[in-house]
Amino acid sequence: MVTLKVNGTTHSVDIDDDTPLLWAIRDNIGLTGTKFGCGVAQCGACTVFIDGNSVRSCVTPVSAVGDSDVTTIEGLAGKEAEAVQAAWIARDVPQCGYCQSGQVMSAIALLKENKKPTDRDIDLAMNGNICRCATYVRIRAAIHDSARALEG
Amino acid sequence: MTQHDMNLSRRTLLRGAGALVIGLHLPLPARAQSGAGAAYRPGGNATFAPNAFVRIAPDSTVTVLIKHIEFGQGPFTGLATLVAEELDADWNQMRSEHAPADVKLYANLAFGVQGTGGSTAIANSWEQMRKAGAAARAMLVQAAATAWKVPASQIKVEAGVISHASGRKGSFGEFAEAASKLAVPENPPLKPASAYRLIGKEGAVKRLDSADKATGKAQFTIDISAPNMLTVVVARPTRFGGKVASFDAAETLKVKGVVDVKAIGSGVAVYANGMWPALKGREALKVTWDDSAAEMRGSRELVAEYRKLAREQGRVAGLRGDAEAVLAKADRVIEAEFVFPYLAHAPMEPLDGFLQWDGKEALARFGSQFQTTEHQTIATILELPPEKVQLETMLAGGSFGRRAQVSQHLAAELAMAAKAIGPNRPVKVVWTREDDLTGGYYRPLFLHRLRGAVKDGKIIAWSNTIVGQSFFLGTPFESMVVKDGLDATAVEGANNIFYEVPDFRCEVHNPKVGVPTLWWRSVGHTHTGYAVECFVDELLQAAGQDPLQGRLALMGDKHPRAATVLRAVGEMANWKGPGPIEGRARGVAVVESFSSFVAQIAEVSLGSGGEPKVHKVWCAIDCGVAVNPDVIRAQIEGGIGFGLGHILYGEITLDQGRPVQTNFDSYRSLRIHEMPEVAVRIIASTASPTGVGEPGVPPIGPAVANALAALGHGRPRQLPMKGGTV
Ligand code: FES
Ligand code: FES
Repeated sequence: MVTLKVNGTTHSVDIDDDTPLLWAIRDNIGLTGTKFGCGVAQCGACTVFIDGNSVRSCVTPVSAVGDSDVTTIEGLAGKEAEAVQAAWIARDVPQCGYCQSGQVMSAIALLKENKKPTDRDIDLAMNGNICRCATYVRIRAAIHDSARALEG
Repeated sequence: MTQHDMNLSRRTLLRGAGALVIGLHLPLPARAQSGAGAAYRPGGNATFAPNAFVRIAPDSTVTVLIKHIEFGQGPFTGLATLVAEELDADWNQMRSEHAPADVKLYANLAFGVQGTGGSTAIANSWEQMRKAGAAARAMLVQAAATAWKVPASQIKVEAGVISHASGRKGSFGEFAEAASKLAVPENPPLKPASAYRLIGKEGAVKRLDSADKATGKAQFTIDISAPNMLTVVVARPTRFGGKVASFDAAETLKVKGVVDVKAIGSGVAVYANGMWPALKGREALKVTWDDSAAEMRGSRELVAEYRKLAREQGRVAGLRGDAEAVLAKADRVIEAEFVFPYLAHAPMEPLDGFLQWDGKEALARFGSQFQTTEHQTIATILELPPEKVQLETMLAGGSFGRRAQVSQHLAAELAMAAKAIGPNRPVKVVWTREDDLTGGYYRPLFLHRLRGAVKDGKIIAWSNTIVGQSFFLGTPFESMVVKDGLDATAVEGANNIFYEVPDFRCEVHNPKVGVPTLWWRSVGHTHTGYAVECFVDELLQAAGQDPLQGRLALMGDKHPRAATVLRAVGEMANWKGPGPIEGRARGVAVVESFSSFVAQIAEVSLGSGGEPKVHKVWCAIDCGVAVNPDVIRAQIEGGIGFGLGHILYGEITLDQGRPVQTNFDSYRSLRIHEMPEVAVRIIASTASPTGVGEPGVPPIGPAVANALAALGHGRPRQLPMKGGTV
């Protein structure tokens, strides 16, 4: 039995403790917003927050999570999340949409640390997230929009 | 797909009407209770279903049943726009859902079967969806006229409000039931373009799927779960054409969560409670492969063979005058050979599918791109009559051609996996990224050998020999594109070029190789666009001509739409020649694909380690009527990024028949810091709408290559550019 705290709720799941957090979240807890894209920390589709830090859940075994707080896209709250998701919708960023949970998570993590990211900051923070549809032009624009909205 | 002549016929619309009026009297079971094969009813609890496409509910929501799969290119939004325009609906009341698999109602009018591809979604639906909306509107108007006892001609509809000068007003929902009892008009009039409020209007329409996709709510196949469901991963042959000789599942069956292991046609299937046990179980599996019939050649051997073939006479695909005779006499022959690697589509969501059946009925749910044939395949394998098999199309995380399966291999694997474990065990088959990249169905490896001659500033001869596999010859789809043994998709864009060259020849060889291949976003143009646009640039350079003005001169007045986009892009970029200026050079390219015309100019410098750095791309597109300008811009941005990533970095190399690249660490994908700035101009047009999903891809490669030539590095002869000659 493994105990996980996800989006404020504690779950006990009967899985091996080498199970990546990604599959525990998706298959055992039933939250499917976090996506599988590569399984080897290359694409960022599986990005979640552990105690507020963004991590690739596909390479994070549940044994490493302990009693930390896991936040998935379903559990987002706060002004950065609101600003980013609103900007994503206003710009019609998503195409197929499959990478976008991860993109949104990474963008929120960036804006929590950096209120006014430059293009270079965006490159550094977002280049772990692959978008095969190449929605990058709009991702960049939407992050700038979000920063402006957060400024008030 | 190169078939553009669409038999737009009202029959389809009317057939739909008949079927759905009957459908209305059936009970509407809720989705939640769906057992095996339980009815899947798109459109929810609508009261008004005037045809196969439009559903209007009592709360006035209008749901459009979309016959094309949504994997990012925007048919959910585009087809709904066409309906909403003629219906005079308010955009906020519009919804979209996938239509079920039903060839009688939902055939792609360009193909004759239900399916998506060749950038045809808007093109083939243009008239059909507007008529569907217009018919619904006429019936709502008639219902209101009857209720208000006024002539229908005095009734107005605006932004979802039905009104009369007397002050009476009503919503669609209020008249939905009364409208559903009326006859469907046969030939509802369509608006003139001057009356459009949505089509072609900036900002009038937002994508219908953005909110769900920005919040993680959108449901993809990989997200499906059902009681008692097993997750299935399959160990497939390590070489193409390999087979299972034997396997030992003893260790696999010890893995906690693994339920069963079965040999199925495509390999050995591991059934488990969840993805992780399935993967661990597959890791523990011992399979001995029989490679006696497998393809053992590697990319290097294939290129060497292709190179030889390119010097032999091939099948003639285009001919004018006698290029060989002119080349034999020419003072100077310019020669170029371009080699294009196998490429994987690598859609962000790897292939997957869900199927449940009880031995009598089945329900399959997945990102089906060719519904008609996949539906038949599943029914055949499960030995069920087609009407006992339901196929629900899911949102898919990209395709780029990968889900448009000529071979039906995913549908077949899904059905075989379900059949092998037996009824009442729903299965979800999931491919990993490794399965995806090593699983074949690649853009074929191609080689182009070009020779040309220039005299007095003019191109006087052009000869192109193309070598590469055909993914059509010998398949059920052959008749769609193959004429007189010529697979048009291998030569499109190369056997007929914009440029007037008096003596012209194009030949092709389609060698048989045991590597499964498939169309890949923009199909033949992925390589012909590069070869032709690099070579013409090289010849113009030899002739001392400006790349842009020289192209225009060679087009004469025979290609006005190509010339228009070329001039437009020159204007956008303020073209003054290729440069370089301060280390940055510019290259241009123009390609027609899927009946759309696209010209691009790329501004390039050499970055760290000699890798090309693309700073900015200007793009002009003529795709006929621009239904959703912002979706078109998005497709162009994405097409440029997709094309650029592969031209710079993408390759699947085979070593003794085995793919070398297995994940995104070695199959390098474009990332945000490598994405150029993009400016798009859409040429105003009244021509029928044509494709936008693919046409943005072909020009970017040659535009970058031509800029590199201006930087003194030559046009890369071997792709990808990284690791090539740059
Ligand atoms: S799935 Fe975790 S980084 Fe790709
Ligand atoms: S939107 Fe399709 S992969 Fe990013």
